[in-house]
Amino acid sequence: MTTNGFCEEIIIAGFGGQGIILAGKLLAQTAMKAGREVTYMPSYGAEVRGGTANCMVIVSDKPIANPVVTRPCSLIAMNKASLTKFGPRIKAGGLLIMNSSLIDGEPELEGDIEIVAIPADDLAVELGSPRSANMVAMGAYLQKRGYLGPDAAAVCLADVLAKRHHETLPVNSKALHRGAEFAAQGS
Amino acid sequence: MSERVLMCGNKALAEAAILAGCDAYFGYPITPQNEIPAYMSRRMPEEGRVFVQSESELAAISMVFGASATGKRAMTTSSSPGISLMQEGISYLAGAELPAVVVNVMRGGPGLGNIAPSQSDYFQATRGGGHGDYRTIVLAPSTVQEMVDFMPLAFDLADQYTMTVLVLADGILGQMMEPVVLEKKQSKRKLPPKDWALTGANGRKQHIVRSLWLADGRLEEQNRKLQTKYEQVLKNEVLFEDYRLEGAEVVVVAYGVAARIARSAVDSAREEGIAAGLIRPITLWPFPTERIGKAADKYGLFLAVEMNMGQMVEDVRLAVEGKASVLFHGRSGGGVPAVEDIVGILRQASGSGGGEKGVGKRK
Repeated sequence: MTTNGFCEEIIIAGFGGQGIILAGKLLAQTAMKAGREVTYMPSYGAEVRGGTANCMVIVSDKPIANPVVTRPCSLIAMNKASLTKFGPRIKAGGLLIMNSSLIDGEPELEGDIEIVAIPADDLAVELGSPRSANMVAMGAYLQKRGYLGPDAAAVCLADVLAKRHHETLPVNSKALHRGAEFAAQGS
Repeated sequence: MSERVLMCGNKALAEAAILAGCDAYFGYPITPQNEIPAYMSRRMPEEGRVFVQSESELAAISMVFGASATGKRAMTTSSSPGISLMQEGISYLAGAELPAVVVNVMRGGPGLGNIAPSQSDYFQATRGGGHGDYRTIVLAPSTVQEMVDFMPLAFDLADQYTMTVLVLADGILGQMMEPVVLEKKQSKRKLPPKDWALTGANGRKQHIVRSLWLADGRLEEQNRKLQTKYEQVLKNEVLFEDYRLEGAEVVVVAYGVAARIARSAVDSAREEGIAAGLIRPITLWPFPTERIGKAADKYGLFLAVEMNMGQMVEDVRLAVEGKASVLFHGRSGGGVPAVEDIVGILRQASGSGGGEKGVGKRK
């Protein structure tokens, strides 16, 4: 489906509580505001209660057929289990953003996958907001892919974050930018 | 208000039901449609309307019966196993000629099955899972926007024909988020007055709502009356969409989520030079029998694609009346048809005796 026009299929995965769903919603919301076609599909039901969470986002220039992503162009893996499950499914030439705070070493993946190992949890702690690791990883993703900027995502935070958490808007914005900076500079 | 907002199908449908004038919602939780009762539990009281989480699906559909009998717009939602439990109530609604909207966000079956998306309740929805000579109108949305757009249509059709309208979605449509426009639209239909409603008989003749007809010949008379109504629905309410049929060697027939995947497969096939098209039934009952029958005069090969082991394909075969060949591709139990698999079938089929009739077959 990537043969003509722009189409990016991404899986974001990790533990329940790592903000996987929020990161996915943020990406979808930002892409929609940028005028793209978008679908967002979460894992649901018993799967969530099992402790893992993942969501699938598709951003495209054309109407989207199937919101279920089996072979992602990009994977954001926030823990080891997610990398094990989804890593081998990344399309050739694809992108892996992996949370090196929780994943040791680099995986051996076939098909010329670009790997960005980012210590998302450590960087979030440095920012004084341990729970913003998801935004650090998302910032790195946005920087690498380049079709949406961290600024555009930061603007959309208020749309997807529950009102009672709005005091965290500035630090989450910082986390997005820190992730982007890390991806650009490698530190 | 015409801004695009990102919403999951379940919540979008719930808000659309409120905009469509739903007076009362009754439901019992079941995955993958829990967002609907959760949303309604907050929004219906805000609107000063009725929300009840019932003790069971049987209770929920019976509450719909009761609310509808008073002339109010009532709905329930559930998923496959829950909808099975509601069949008795749906049959009673049909017998009593009461309007109702029932949403089935389908999951895998039979039995408790799983919670993954499925289209395996097609038979139940279109043949009537309950007892007796009755029909329900079945609307099959294919996008979150259609989940929204079909709610006012469902309530209008229910009121116009005093019957149950089923909205047949699935776990993907319920859970996925897509940009959607929510706005209140004025109904264009002239709806009959609810002069049968139980509103208190003080000062007027008593109204009776019932499905029990014991007198000799009376039930047959009632059933003929129902059939006359259903014939009107068959005549006036068929909805479908044609897509890229020009010169088609293979016509895909698919609805709901399967149709959006099929559409993508048709586009890919056309890029390869394979002449494929799509007919998407939007109403599953009344089924676009006439449209597909006419298409079978022109096109030689059909492919039904479903998320089940082969249910709508029977209606496609009935519609083509032997004038064309009908192939089937299905995934079940949470499996979703892949675009590449459909294209593979189209590739094979287009070289093997399909083709537009009278245009010459591809060698």
